[in-house]
Amino acid sequence: MAAITEPPKADLREPAGWRRTKNRIATVLMWISFVVVIIPLIFVLYTVIAKGASVISWQFLTSGPIPPNVLPADVGGMGPAVLGTIEIVALASAITVPLGVLGAIYLNEYGGKNWLAWFIGFMADVMTGVPSIVMGLFIFSIWVLHFGFSGLAGAFALGALMLPIVIRSTYEMLLLVPDTLREGSYALGASKSRVTLTVVLPAALGGIVSGVLLAIARAAGETAPLLFTILTVTSANPNVFSGPNTSLPSQIFANATQPYPGAQARGWGAALTLIAIAFILMIAARIVTARYARYQR
Amino acid sequence: MEDPQPNVAAKTELPKPAALQETRARDVSSAPGNCIFDVNNVSIYYGSFKAVTDVTLPVYENEITAFIGSSGSGKSTVLRSFNRMNDLIPGARLEGEMAYRGESLYGRDVSATAVRRRIGMVFQKPNPFPKSIYDNVAYGPRINGIHNKGKLDEIVESSLRKAALWEEVKNRLKTSGLSLSGGQAQRLCIARTIAVEPDVVLMDEPASALDPIATGAIEDLMKELKQQYTIIVVTHNMQQATRVSDRTAFFYVLTDTKSDTRTGVLVEYGPTAQIFEDPKDPRTQGYVTGRVG
Repeated sequence: MAAITEPPKADLREPAGWRRTKNRIATVLMWISFVVVIIPLIFVLYTVIAKGASVISWQFLTSGPIPPNVLPADVGGMGPAVLGTIEIVALASAITVPLGVLGAIYLNEYGGKNWLAWFIGFMADVMTGVPSIVMGLFIFSIWVLHFGFSGLAGAFALGALMLPIVIRSTYEMLLLVPDTLREGSYALGASKSRVTLTVVLPAALGGIVSGVLLAIARAAGETAPLLFTILTVTSANPNVFSGPNTSLPSQIFANATQPYPGAQARGWGAALTLIAIAFILMIAARIVTARYARYQR
Repeated sequence: MEDPQPNVAAKTELPKPAALQETRARDVSSAPGNCIFDVNNVSIYYGSFKAVTDVTLPVYENEITAFIGSSGSGKSTVLRSFNRMNDLIPGARLEGEMAYRGESLYGRDVSATAVRRRIGMVFQKPNPFPKSIYDNVAYGPRINGIHNKGKLDEIVESSLRKAALWEEVKNRLKTSGLSLSGGQAQRLCIARTIAVEPDVVLMDEPASALDPIATGAIEDLMKELKQQYTIIVVTHNMQQATRVSDRTAFFYVLTDTKSDTRTGVLVEYGPTAQIFEDPKDPRTQGYVTGRVG
């Protein structure tokens, strides 16, 4: 009577064996890599915050001049360096970003396979590999020797560093814009410049902004190109176009190498300030591009 | 010129299928309209590769002309030469004569952008811009210098209505054009194309990426649009050609075994009914009956 046999159930588990073992090994390895990458990052952030947070105050961020190294940390502030960094990086970006984006547009949209485009692309790649101190020396010899130290000279040096990054990253982003979009625009009777400005650039905007930010963050943290170009003084110079200037990375360098506890604390404080500026910049740019990227999905 | 602000209220009703059947049954061979394109001995090259050889055919106004044939037979290449899209491909070159309303399309003073403003194109894969639905349709009018908000609103609405998309998107004109389904996206691309009020609409396999229902919608739309526009459509779907087109051109890949080169040729061109029911060339017959290709 009870002779009804149940049909065998399907076994959908991953069968035990080498394949399952490989899967586990790979998963563990990925987790290990993740931890290995994240630990130094957290450690750097933790150290900078732990050592720098105590000196940060409104006075530290805004007042100047930067006091002599022997004085304790609660005297004076990094105001001149904050101002200098903002001035110089803003000027460098104002020079480099339009130039770099336009250069990339030329390379991808107009140059095609001609020798000039090839040459520019090649030189941009070579420039990416030039050490930053060489950029500083280069601007020192062609600009500072004739016109003296200035924020402008620093901006030139940082700009020389940023330019290849902006060109390369923008170029890669333009390359990702599908040709079908360009064709759609051409088919409506748009000219090449229209196609580029109204379809290609907006479609690539998010990626272009990311690349530009990367270049700005990189430049904001550079010390070497500024060594020979802004002289690194202790007082504020609101005129970015003439006279010696100062910046956060060069002040970190100048203070952290001193034996005095006050100077070292100021160095940590300046480091934290620099990280915070880069962080705020990233978030601000993300908010701005999110408005444009609304239609990308 | 027609009134650029069509009566929107009159366009709300969808086309009635019965009426369309009648239009299709019209015997086009006896009474062709004006010849809008005169293609004479056209050969098209990509570098040293001769993609199409000696194509000659007239295209008539307010008709749907279908290009059929196997892959590589050059039908898309010929289609793209009507609005000079091949100019965008480095090394592309055209020999022979191609006239549009009596004017050579490849003449010395002819601007490709001016050509494309009159001869629009819908592509195989829907390619809405990463902009809002509204901005997608308003794109063409804007590049033609229309910036008046009220005027643009009117154009966007009437174009979307003509493309049978208005009812589906009227409450979300500000959402991304990329959020639409494949069939809707293709109708958006059609709306975008007719928003500039072109004279001719070229369609390169407009329904090949769509399901049968969306395909049906696009086909109904084509039949509706031909009242106002001239349409040339490339299709791999022979039922589609019989359903929508008035005239059919059959292209064929000619292989030269001696030099091992292939090139596309126009084998036969005529009223759709004749091409499918009484083809004169055995190659056409083989293709339309499904024996070859």
